[in-house]
Amino acid sequence: MTLDVLYFAWVRERIGLPKEKLETGAATVMDLVEELRAREERYALAFSDLSALRVAVDQELTDFDAPLNGAREVAFFPPMTGG
Amino acid sequence: MRILVQEAPFDFGAEAQAFASGHKDMGAVVTFTGIVRDLPEDDLDRMVIEHYPGMTEKALEKIAEEATMRWGLGDALVIHRYGTLRPGDMIMMVATAAPHRVDAFEAAEFLMDYLKSRAPFWKQEFTADGGAWVAAKDADEDALKRW
Repeated sequence: MTLDVLYFAWVRERIGLPKEKLETGAATVMDLVEELRAREERYALAFSDLSALRVAVDQELTDFDAPLNGAREVAFFPPMTGG
Repeated sequence: MRILVQEAPFDFGAEAQAFASGHKDMGAVVTFTGIVRDLPEDDLDRMVIEHYPGMTEKALEKIAEEATMRWGLGDALVIHRYGTLRPGDMIMMVATAAPHRVDAFEAAEFLMDYLKSRAPFWKQEFTADGGAWVAAKDADEDALKRW
């Protein structure tokens, strides 16, 4: 499947881009994280501590063990600081 | 219910006036506004707020809908800015209208607590030394437990 993968705040800075299209067979968010980690050092660095990250699938907050079947968009970012 | 995510400044007085005068059947209107602190010791030049277009609006709508249901609100308003803000600028505001004040106050606090850690905004502060991302506080996450 083709996924839009988005990065925000320092995750975007560490990876060096805000958005990319990926062709992946990942079944869960965690599978996708493992794929990304294996790509390049900057990804491994950005995903080194998952407790410092949050994930949204199709614009809904979820967990790293969430399934990706049918998903179109996955976003990774640090804990939010609105208000 | 009105949700606005915008780069431009908003007129707090005009928004509060319009919101309050539009709900004469409600006995209580509560407003809150968040401001970029202007403290001499902080040496803050500017704050830059990033957000996730699309998800931000959805998340705010969901939070405002829940507040409306739980506290029987007549209406709710959320305005949140993104982009570059200077010390003293208004970042966001919420307004709630309810038949009685306890519900209006509680719903406004609920909105604030949830949008702080569940709406996809990220603040970066710039001083003469450069930029630093604002870290989320444990207290903000703990604040959700009381609801």
